[in-house]
This record gives sequence, structure tokens and C-alpha cells, in this order.
Amino acid sequence: MTLRLAVALTGGSFDSRHWIDQVRQADDLGLDLATFDDAFGRHGPDAVQVAALVAPVTRHVGLVPVATTTHTEPFHLSTALATLDHISKGRAGWQVRVSTDPAEADLLGRRGVVKPAELIAEANDAVEVVRRLWDSWEDDAIIKDVATGRFIDRSKLHYIDFVGEHFAVKGPSIVPRSPQGQPVVAALAADEVDADLLFVEPDPDAVRRIEPGRKVFVDLPGASADQIQTWSEISGVDGVRVSEVPDISDLVVELQRRGLFQPSAQKTLRARLGLPVAVNRYAREASVA
Amino acid sequence: MPKQIILAAHFPGVNNTTVWSDPRAGSQIDFDSFEYLAKTAERGLFDFFFLAEGLRLREQRGLIHDLDVVGRPDTLTVLTALAAVTTHLGLAGTLNATWHEPYELARQLATLDHLSNGRAAWNVVTSPGAFFGENFRRGGFLDHADRYVRAAEFIRTARALWDTDGGDFAIRNSQFDIKGRFGVPRSPQGHPVILQAGDSDAGRELAAQHSDAIFSRHHQIDDARIFYRDVKDRLAKYSRAENDLKIIPGVSYVLGDSDADAQEKAHHIRRQQVSPQTAILLLEQLWNTDLSGYDAEGPLPAIDPVLDEDDTIIKGRAGMYPDRIKTANEWRARAEAKNLSIRDLIIEVTGRQNFIGTADRVAEQLNEYVQTDACDGFILVSHLTPAGLDDFVDQVVPLLQERGVFRTEYSGATLRQNLGLS
Repeated sequence: MTLRLAVALTGGSFDSRHWIDQVRQADDLGLDLATFDDAFGRHGPDAVQVAALVAPVTRHVGLVPVATTTHTEPFHLSTALATLDHISKGRAGWQVRVSTDPAEADLLGRRGVVKPAELIAEANDAVEVVRRLWDSWEDDAIIKDVATGRFIDRSKLHYIDFVGEHFAVKGPSIVPRSPQGQPVVAALAADEVDADLLFVEPDPDAVRRIEPGRKVFVDLPGASADQIQTWSEISGVDGVRVSEVPDISDLVVELQRRGLFQPSAQKTLRARLGLPVAVNRYAREASVA
Repeated sequence: MPKQIILAAHFPGVNNTTVWSDPRAGSQIDFDSFEYLAKTAERGLFDFFFLAEGLRLREQRGLIHDLDVVGRPDTLTVLTALAAVTTHLGLAGTLNATWHEPYELARQLATLDHLSNGRAAWNVVTSPGAFFGENFRRGGFLDHADRYVRAAEFIRTARALWDTDGGDFAIRNSQFDIKGRFGVPRSPQGHPVILQAGDSDAGRELAAQHSDAIFSRHHQIDDARIFYRDVKDRLAKYSRAENDLKIIPGVSYVLGDSDADAQEKAHHIRRQQVSPQTAILLLEQLWNTDLSGYDAEGPLPAIDPVLDEDDTIIKGRAGMYPDRIKTANEWRARAEAKNLSIRDLIIEVTGRQNFIGTADRVAEQLNEYVQTDACDGFILVSHLTPAGLDDFVDQVVPLLQERGVFRTEYSGATLRQNLGLS
């Protein structure tokens, strides 16, 4: 069977040319998505911004920056990622990262040490807030009705009224609903965050433990075509994420020759991954009511 | 050599001055609109592009405001994307010091400065109160009096982080207690350009001490000259020279084939900007009470404004009327004297364009402002997204170049250099 193909871009370069060249190459090769690593305190640029930089100069590849929930405002994350989806015309994703490192907390200076289990619960709350904000505008909220002078139909905007153990967020978002509605939420399987796309370590047991309905990519740093072929035969694997490959162009050509990879013609990242069109929870509630 | 004029392009915002009902009006959210305006500004050799920030949708009478453009993208994300499709244009954004944290924001601004090769600028604002706070995990916490304390400490902290060259820091002041490794090496400008928009005494002092430019609201030439002198005279005590702080008011303009043609266009635009519904809402912003029962084509209310500044009828917008009763009396007198309806009056007292005339007249007036120290340049706010600056770039820019008061090519490698800042 064919696989979907991702590349993990992990460098700390601050040179715009470097990023544009790398992501354009992935775009030209027909890769499904690139992830952009990040962590507070590392030597490197903000990953959401790097994804934004390359968005207008690429056409196909999904753009999935890492962003940390532990020290960021879910409202800012939601609007930044929705904006990335607008700029990329439906190619945005988000790899959720949870920070357990006290040194990162010191950079922000707002909180002391929190237990890992609590951080995971909080990350899931943050994801829920981000997702609700993405739905807080219905697709047809902008009406531009000159007769009544109304730019929006405010009945199609929704307060999310999220109240959790750690924080509350009112909404709605400031950003109208983006092309995908719901950009793709990804996470490391080991982080136990509820996501559409999970990156797992190369261990068949780890693959088997994933709940159904999620897309599963195996992380294969430095993988050869032979290794990737082996993983393509394992049930439940939708794709692989490679990194540190000496020549990614050669690898992709070889995978295509073996019939293991075929560039997708789909326009949005959700469609490329075979995820269903996102249903707006608030529009659904309104139609049921 | 005459003073050189600074020009910036403000992406049309979420006020009623942005006309969405015009058939030529484009999307306020598609990236194509941002790219179009940025490329127009760069074609016109502008110093920078300016984008405001949204933190919560405005409300009036407790409902989401629906008459103006509603919804906008995230500021930093758009500015960083614009870095890939422009080469020389500065990229300025409003980012609120209340709802961001220094480590994260300083890192993002330094990232923008790196990825744009030295074109980042930050308009520092603060906001108090619980209204915005409801969208943020840290909630509403800032007293009004603490606004400038937080802004000043935030700027100092950001500058200290930028000065680490990516290395270790430990900063403790009244607002922040942070330490660790910054992780971003010195960016091309060293410090992104800092703008500030506050107009109170504390705001002017903050600008004199910390900012590179002021986004000013003084448009009348005499008033602008007084403001200019006041702010520039504050610089010496911080050992800064007059050229270290640029005064750039936000202004609007209308061009016509003749002055009369321009006046006619200007009037048409004002009527587009103030629909009957908008007239009532703008009136409510002064009266601070529900006036939805009034007819926009009828006379002004006889009742007086409600004086409750802690519970204003509009939420999410800076206060505009320091003395509501006085302003209301002035408006009523004016409407009575000239027999104006609510809508006519609102059209007269709000949103009047600052420069109206032929391209030649507008170029002359802009230049007069700059050469007589009413300002150092302009942030142009057009009423149409995204093509509203086309006529200015095509017609006015060449006339300024002919007068020798505007560049004919970009000379600096960074925004800071193009602005003439050290």
C-alpha cells in the first residue's frame, strides 16, 4: 500500500532563504506535510512564524508547526493557526507540545512546577479551547448586507464559554472560520494528547495501542527506502515522518519507483490525510435545535 | 536638504471608516488582500506596512458589533508571511503588552526581524480591564494606573532580552521575574523599531523615553505642531536627539481630478462610512446609552449622556470622549445651527478625511506638514481594502519625489536605516 510522507524540519536556522528552500523542495517532491520543531529556550526561531513565512511561497505541502500549550495563551494559538490556514489556503496543522521542563517555566516566570499528569489534562483543555474557537464563526457568518448595514450575521458567531480547571476563555475568535475549519491537530503519541494525527516511535506495539480513527505516522529519522517499505506492510500505519535524510529527493524517487508513495492531488491537508471535512459543532447544534 | 517624508500603509481596520459596502471592497481576511496592499506600498517605496491587533470582537449594547468590518487575522502571522513576498518594506504590528509575555513576544519579534532581514516594528499598546481578559487564561488583572508601568517594564525587558545575543538572562522588576536562555541571536536591527500610540502625559513620556516613533492622532496642523514640539522637547532629559523619535500621525486622504471633484468624492465616502445604523451607534458611543429608538434622519437626543466610564456601552475600543456633556452640548448646538440630522451631524464630526484635493494639492499639504514640523511623516489609512492606496502611489508619490522630499529608491538595509534612526 502507499504511504503518506512527512518530513520533520528540526534546524535552528534564522535564515529565511534556508527555510524557503527546504519547504519548497518538500512542496516540489509532493510530500504531504512538513513539521517545524520548536521549544521555548532552544536556539531557533518561532515555528509558527517559520510556517507562516513559507506559506505564501509554497502550494501543496501541509505546514505543521510545533507550539507549546503549557505557557502560551490558547487564544493566541488559535488565531495564529487559523491565520496560517487562511494564508496557506487550507494546509495548516499544529503539533501540540507539552512542556514539563521547569527551565521553560522560568522563561515565562508565571508558574511553578506542575505535575506531568496535570500538564496533559491542561494541554487537552487548551486543544479543546483552540478547536472551539476555530468553530466559533460559522462559514457563512460574513453577509455584507447593504440593506440592513450588517457586515456579519451575529447569530452565526458563538461564545465558546469554556471553563476548565486551569483557565476560562469566552470567545468568539477574532478570525473568521478558516478554509479547513479545523486545521489538523497532531501530537506525539507518547504525549497522550487527543489529536487527529499521531506520530509514533518505530515500535509495532506502539502503533497497535493507537485508538481507531486517528491517522498514524511512524517517526523514522534517517530512514532508508527498505525500512520504510517494511513499515508500509504493518497494519494501521498511514504514513512515515522522515528527518535527517542525506538526499530526500533520491528517497522520494525511490519510494515512488517501488509504488510506496504517490503525491496527492488533494488541496487541503485534511483531505491529503484522508480526514473528513470538519463539521462545525455550533452550526450542527443550530441545525439540530 | 529638505526633511524627507516617512510614509506607511495601514491595512484598513475594523472601524466604520473602512467601507465594506463598496463593490470594489475586497476581503479583510484573505492573504491576497494583505499581499496586494504590502506590494502596493513597496512599489511606492513606503517605509512600512502597519497592521493592528484584535483581542476580542467589539460589543455594543452587549451584542457583538455587526455594522463594521468584523474579524481579522493574527498580526504576527500575517507580518511574517509578508516577509516572504516583500523585500524592503518594514512590517509593523500592534501587539498588546497586557496580553503577551516578554520572553515569548521578544522571541517572536526577533524571529520576524531575522526572517525579514531587519524589517520588524512593534507598536506597543496596553489595555486594562476584564473585557479582553475573558479571552485569556491570565484574565483581567491590570489596573488603569499600571498600564504605563507595564508597558515601560515590558519594553525594558524586551530590549534586555534582545541584548543577550541569544544568551542567558535573569530579569526581575515590578512586572516580571524571568530567567533562562533567550535562544535568539542578535537580529539585523538589534532592536526592532518601537512605536507607541498613547497620547496622555504618561504616554508621551513613555514615548520620549522608549520609542522610535509615535503613531499620533493629531491631524490639525496647529495642534500637530504643538504636539510635535511638546514631545520632541521631552527627549533631551533622556539624552536623546530630536531625530531619534519620529512623529507619524494616522491620516486619510481623498484624491480628485479637481479640488471640487475630490470634495464630492470625500462627501460620498463619508456617507458610505456612516450608514443610518452606524450614525446611531456612533452617537451611542458618546451618549453611552441605548439610542436605538432614535431616527438617524431626525434631531439629536435632548437627554444628556450617561457618565459611567466603568460600564461603557461599547466594549473593546479605546475611550474617545473625555468630557461627554461638553461634547454633547457642542454637537447639539452645531446640529441646531445648521439644521443637521443625527446622520448629517455624525458625518460632520467624525471620520472627515484629513487631506482632500488634487494629487498636487495633497502632495503640497503633506509636505507643508513635514517641513513646518507638524510631523515627520504619515500612516495612510485608506477606506478601501485592498486597493485603497493605488491612486496615492500612482499620483502623489511621484510628486513628492519631484519635490525632493521622498526617496526614489530604498537606500537602507533595514527599516531602522530607512527611517533615519540610529
